[in-house]
Amino acid sequence: MAAAPKRPFRWHISVFLAPALLVYTAIMILPLAGTLQLSLFRNINQSQVFVGLENFRMLFGDPNWSVNFWNALRNNVWFFVIHMLVQNPIGVLLAALLSSPRLRFSAFYRTAIFVPTILSFVIVGFAWKLILSPLWGVAPHMMDLVGLKSLFTPWLGKAQYALTALSLISVWQFVGIPMMLIYAALLSIPEEVIEAAECDGITGMAQFWKIKLPLILPSIGIISILTFVGNFNAFDLIYTAQGALAGPNYSTDILGTFLYRAFFGFQLQVGDPNMGAAIATMMFLIILGGVCVYLFLVQTRLRRYQF
Amino acid sequence: MTTKLLTALLLGTSILGSAGVAYADDVTLNIESWRGDDLAIWKDKLIPAFEAKNPDIKVVFAPSAPTEYDAALGAKLAAGSAGDLITCRPFDKSLELFKKGNLADISTLPGMENFSDVAKAAWQTDDGKSSFCVPMASVIHGFIYNKDAFDKLGIKVPETRDEFFAALDKIKADGTYIPMAMGTKDLWEAATMGYQNIGPNYWKGEEGRLALIKGEQKLTDPQWVEPFKELARWKDYLGDGFEAQTYPDSQNLFTLGRAAIYPAGSWEIGLFNTQAQFKMGAFPPPVQKAGDTCYISDHTDIGMGLNAASKNADAAKTFLSWVASPDFATIYANALPGFFSLNNTPVKMEDPLAQEFVSWRGKCKSTIRSTYQILSRGTPNLENETWVESANVINGTDTPEAAAKKLQDGLDSWYKPAK
Repeated sequence: MAAAPKRPFRWHISVFLAPALLVYTAIMILPLAGTLQLSLFRNINQSQVFVGLENFRMLFGDPNWSVNFWNALRNNVWFFVIHMLVQNPIGVLLAALLSSPRLRFSAFYRTAIFVPTILSFVIVGFAWKLILSPLWGVAPHMMDLVGLKSLFTPWLGKAQYALTALSLISVWQFVGIPMMLIYAALLSIPEEVIEAAECDGITGMAQFWKIKLPLILPSIGIISILTFVGNFNAFDLIYTAQGALAGPNYSTDILGTFLYRAFFGFQLQVGDPNMGAAIATMMFLIILGGVCVYLFLVQTRLRRYQF
Repeated sequence: MTTKLLTALLLGTSILGSAGVAYADDVTLNIESWRGDDLAIWKDKLIPAFEAKNPDIKVVFAPSAPTEYDAALGAKLAAGSAGDLITCRPFDKSLELFKKGNLADISTLPGMENFSDVAKAAWQTDDGKSSFCVPMASVIHGFIYNKDAFDKLGIKVPETRDEFFAALDKIKADGTYIPMAMGTKDLWEAATMGYQNIGPNYWKGEEGRLALIKGEQKLTDPQWVEPFKELARWKDYLGDGFEAQTYPDSQNLFTLGRAAIYPAGSWEIGLFNTQAQFKMGAFPPPVQKAGDTCYISDHTDIGMGLNAASKNADAAKTFLSWVASPDFATIYANALPGFFSLNNTPVKMEDPLAQEFVSWRGKCKSTIRSTYQILSRGTPNLENETWVESANVINGTDTPEAAAKKLQDGLDSWYKPAK
């Protein structure tokens, strides 16, 4: 028996893969590896010296770093919790309302709610700083008109409210994204399923809870993970609204601003790229962990429906 | 060879022929700077004045953006393409350049004797032996007030702390004006215009600052905690919602005439002169009781040094000596009211508000901000922490004692004073 003819090397596969692989390696994998590498070194007498996990030991062991790190992580978790509790339910609600066939001007609402998403952080941060300004802001004036002036406080300046206020500003800006994704998911539910539900007497709210919601659960999962990644990488809004020191009293300091100060330095503080890289590595691991939990524990259990 | 000679001859004759006075060995000096705002002043006033005296030296002012300056300068120095003259940031950033050998030692430059030790401290090695930049300008802290408001309410310019708080009480009771325009949102206002403004009177300026560096005094000592206590008292005199009031908010509150007193740095003078529609005056931080020696924060902000790799070192030194001269000081200080020359020779200035500020140098002792030299090299960074804690004290988040303790603990964790 003759040996099976040897398959020719399928070179076209590597040729077609190469551009994407090269670009991705150059702009994603190499910088990431560079960061990980940088976090294992330290600058001693103007030269980079390998110190193993020393930077991480300092990050967690030295109270000068660890207090700030845990504070930033705690704030970041709160930032994420607000988004999950406020942004995503409101996004789902808005999508449900928009997909209702009886709603008029739905295209207008859809656009209006989505517009903030495409605005720059700088504009959003600055606009909200002005809106909430106790001196020239619209907020105190409008609250005065309805007799609620006493409820106004300079939210962005109070340690106990500032982070929540900023989270809500971020929610305002980004609520359009879950809304759009859920809206698309709702529209893709086939008519037959809805009609079948109606034949069985399931209408109105019950129809939403029992039929539509289970069908859009995978989309909600995707949104959650996007929110998670986005929030733990957040930086710009805090930086534009509160500055790099994330005041008052570090109450709005999240991992992004903490990383920025460590890496680039601030005012008289000289930047320390190695410690910055260590923080960046921790952020990477946190996000990686979160995404893995989702992929392996949550997504595999979500039931998918094929139509 | 012959063509080169010919070219040189041709060039030489053309220059001689056209200018008559210029020599063939003209040198051009390039100045590196982050002060793009000053481009017009350099081009129209400073450089012509220098070139009139030194016709064989041409000077080009080539600024880059403030945020890019340090990185761009570092890259140019490494590549050997940096200008001959380098505008110096105060303290560690320039010290680092000197240690790397980028800045030349100019301790013996003619003209350096025109400056006091405090003025030179920002551009010296820690032991004070070598200087590497000529001090150009400083900013002075104090309080700018609305003269019309003071006249209307019949308030005298306060000299002592009691008078100061009595004035604030009176403005508050009247209700027309917010007594003091300051916010804590941007943090640095509280530290720079607050703590570093009133502090020198408590810690006796240089005496306390140097003792702190030597480790003879602690931030928890009374003279360092008292300024925090005074700051805590300011809270009642700030505008509604001062916690969210930003630095531009404070400036606007004052220039719109809604606030009576503004804890200031002299750099505001230029802007305030163009924006405020009322008469303004200034007073130094009030002292404990009349007749006490007063201390002011006269903070060195900008200097100029010599690129150690410069090919035109002699010409550059001539220029630096001129920068150290009273001539330069007069032009610079008048072009930029609020940026004061550090020269020992008094400079005649036109702007009355600037005159008022600079007159304090005669009766008070000058110091620089306590956190800038040496003490902000480690982690946690003392300057940044002072911002946060000053704001905390005014907001009531921390007591003065707790704030001082946090600062000292942070400092102790990395700073070991030389014994």
